[in-house]
Formats: sequence, structure tokens, C-alpha cells
Amino acid sequence: MWRDALLIAGKDLRIELRSKVAFNQILPFAFIVLIVFAFALDTSPDTLQKVAPGLFWLAVLISSILGVDRAIAIETHDNASDGLLVYGVDPGGIFLGKVVSVFVQLFLLEIVLIIAMVVLYGPKIGGWPLVVISAVFATLGISAAGVLYSQLASSSKAKQTLLPLLLVPVASPVLLAATKSWQDAFAGSGWLGDPWLRLLIVFAVVYLALGTVFYNSILEG
Amino acid sequence: MESKRYQRLRREVGVLSVLLVAVTVILGLWVTPPDVVQGQLVRLIYVHPPMAWVAYLAYGVTSLASILYLWKRTRNLRWDLLAASSAEVGVIFTGLTLVTGSIWGRPAWGVWWTWDARLTTTALLFVLYLGYLALRRIPADSHQRAVRSAIAGLIAFIDVPIVHQSVVWWRTLHQGATVFNPSLSPRIHGEMLITLLLGFISFTFVYVWMVMHRYQIAALEQRVLDAELEKLIQERRNEPGLGSNQIESNDDANNAGQPSKV
Repeated sequence: MWRDALLIAGKDLRIELRSKVAFNQILPFAFIVLIVFAFALDTSPDTLQKVAPGLFWLAVLISSILGVDRAIAIETHDNASDGLLVYGVDPGGIFLGKVVSVFVQLFLLEIVLIIAMVVLYGPKIGGWPLVVISAVFATLGISAAGVLYSQLASSSKAKQTLLPLLLVPVASPVLLAATKSWQDAFAGSGWLGDPWLRLLIVFAVVYLALGTVFYNSILEG
Repeated sequence: MESKRYQRLRREVGVLSVLLVAVTVILGLWVTPPDVVQGQLVRLIYVHPPMAWVAYLAYGVTSLASILYLWKRTRNLRWDLLAASSAEVGVIFTGLTLVTGSIWGRPAWGVWWTWDARLTTTALLFVLYLGYLALRRIPADSHQRAVRSAIAGLIAFIDVPIVHQSVVWWRTLHQGATVFNPSLSPRIHGEMLITLLLGFISFTFVYVWMVMHRYQIAALEQRVLDAELEKLIQERRNEPGLGSNQIESNDDANNAGQPSKV
């Protein structure tokens, strides 16, 4: 399963490296989201600094919808996922591979976005260990839930409209927990024992487990 | 015949629920006294908590039916239809819980909505199961749809405690006490308590009745679908120039596409 996961992740990342869909479309989109948030709120530094973590994670969540949609679209085209199953690739491995590939892309996107956030909103970032570890588990959770739901909705012609409806309520605890743990970190009050970090870890573990168990049934059913 | 017995049972449950609701209405609106603090407003308590209870009951039934469908030894399309029927009723009652809560909140708290942990969880729950129902609308063959919805139903149910925990922390870690403080809730005794309990019972019966209706509609829809498919296959068989062998081999190919039951 782990070998299959690495193969799938490698394949997906290679496709991204050559097609550059995430780099050319999703990344600029996330950037413009950060800019229009400032239009909607206020340009006063106080407001923007205060809400920066929330806006950051909202931008990530919105971009993740595009990212997971793309990750599954690769396989639904020409029924490629049936091909993978026929080759004997482990379904749990396919799931984990997709999650790893989406995770890597989202994490790179976050690195760029955090720089953009510092420049545009000017928050004082502190508590780096908590910031990084929260980001890792939040991204893992969003990727796992996203891949799972995207696959569930994949047979539909309406999946572009269905996926946000399915994913956003489910991922709302991640949005909340990641925002709060970053706020704690920025305020210098949070450490690795932060309850929000624990929630992020639980979410990520639960969705990774659910996906690994159920992916086979979703693909075959 | 089983369906005749089902019909009779459904009618009996229906009559009983109407009677129970009528008694609850009479007790709730006329017999019970207004509350010392809240006045007439307290009467909403005979409807609002029972509605919330029915919503949770409905989602519990959906999850249980989903598990029973996913488990290969108990796999039967009936569980899928039950899960769908229960979820639909659950969404309606979640919506009603939000609406009645809002109606109560406006005079009691002065606002239609407040970011209380329970309210926020309920709102998310409402959207979560709306998503489940939307997923069910995707055209697919019945087995495929059943598996996907069962998994989605189960995930939604597992997600509820996580959502709830996050929202509770959100409201308690950064703010003081929530609006739901114990001193606000009326002290219940005597006929008020009886009316409230009756509210729970009568709404549970209403739930069972609605699910029975909805289940029957779902089962009939499924039967119509199967009959239409059967008719189409028959028409195709009768077409000149098409041997029945070919049709059978098509059937075989379709069956091969289904996951084998081990």
C-alpha cells in the first residue's frame, strides 16, 4: 500500500510539474482571494492583522477545492481509475497517494501565501513551531477529506457545484482550529500542547483512516 | 401480504401521531400556565427540543442503516432507502429546530441568531446533511448510489462530534459563558414536564410516520425504475435482428462490472 501510495503521488506530482495547472491557475487564484478580502473588509492594518490567520485559511480551503477536484479529475478522465484497479494498485494506496500529492501542492501554496499574507496584511508572526505543525496537520486533514469527498462526487456531472457543498461544512472544524492555533501562535500564547492542534491531529487521523478503509468501496461501487 | 400489513401499521401510527400532537397542542397552548420569567414564550419549549431530538434520532437511524448497507452480510437496498428517508426527515426537523429556535431567540435574547455553540453546530449539521441529500441526487445505478451515500452518511455522522467540539471550544475558550446559561431555562415541573415529555413522544411518532411514508415512496420509485428497465430490456430483446444471446452476453458483462460478493 505505501509503495503504491508513493507511486501514485509521484505520478500526480509529475503530471503537475508538466502541466503546471496548480502553479498557473490555483496559486494566482489564492493570491487574488487574499487581495479581495482586503477590499471586502478594510485596509486598516489593525483589522487585517487581526483577521489574517482566518483569511489565510479560508483562502487555502477555497483553493483546496480546486486542488482536490483536479486530483480526482485526472483519474476519472477516460476511466483511468479502473485501469489502476486492474493493474492491481491498492485502493488505499491510491487514496494515500492522492492525499500526499494534494498535500505537497497545498503546502507549497501555503508557503507562497504566507509570504503574501505578511506583505499584504502585515501580521507579526511568532511561535513558528506551532505555526508549521498546525499547518502540516490542517493541510493533511483538508487533503484527506477533500480527496475522499471529491471521489464520492466524481461520477456526477454536477461535481463542481456539489464538492464545495460537501467539503466546506466537513472541513469547517479545520478552518476554525487552524485559524485559532495560528492566532495563539502569533499571540505567543500557544505551544505544541495547544488544544486546537490536537483537534487538527484528530481530524487528519480520522479522515486518513476513513479514506483508506472506504476508498475501495467508492472506487468499485 | 406484507405491504398490506405495512399500510395498516402506517395508518395506525399516523392516527396515533395526530392524536398525540393534538393533545400536546391542547396541553401546551391552554392547559399549562405561562412561565414566571418568560411568559407565553415558554410554550415553544414543547416543540423546539422535541424537534431537535427527532433530528438527532433521524441522523442516528441514517447512520445505522448506512452501516447495515455497507456491511456485506446485511446488505439490502432497503437499508439504503431507509437511510435516505430518515435523512430527509432529519433535514426538515433540523431546519424546523433552527427556525423555532430563532423565533424563540428574538424575544428572549433580542437577536434572531447568536454564535452559540449549539446553534452553530446545528446550522453546520443542516448543511452537512443537505450535502448528503444532494449527493443522493446524482444519477447512478442503485448499488453505486447506495454505497456512496452510505459512506457519506457515515462520514457525516462521525464528523458531528468533531464539529461540535471545535465549536464548543471556539465559543468557550475565547468568550465567557454562553447565552444558554442555566438560570435562563425555566424550572420545569408538574404539567409542564408532562407536556414536554408528551412533545417528545408525539414528535417521535410523527417522525416514524413520515419516514414510513417517505420509505414507501422511495420503494415505489425504485420499483418503477426496475420495471421500466425490465420493459426496455424486453423491447430490445423483441427487436428484429438481435439475437437473445447477445442480450444475455450484455447482461453478463453488466454483472461482471458489479463487485463480486464474497
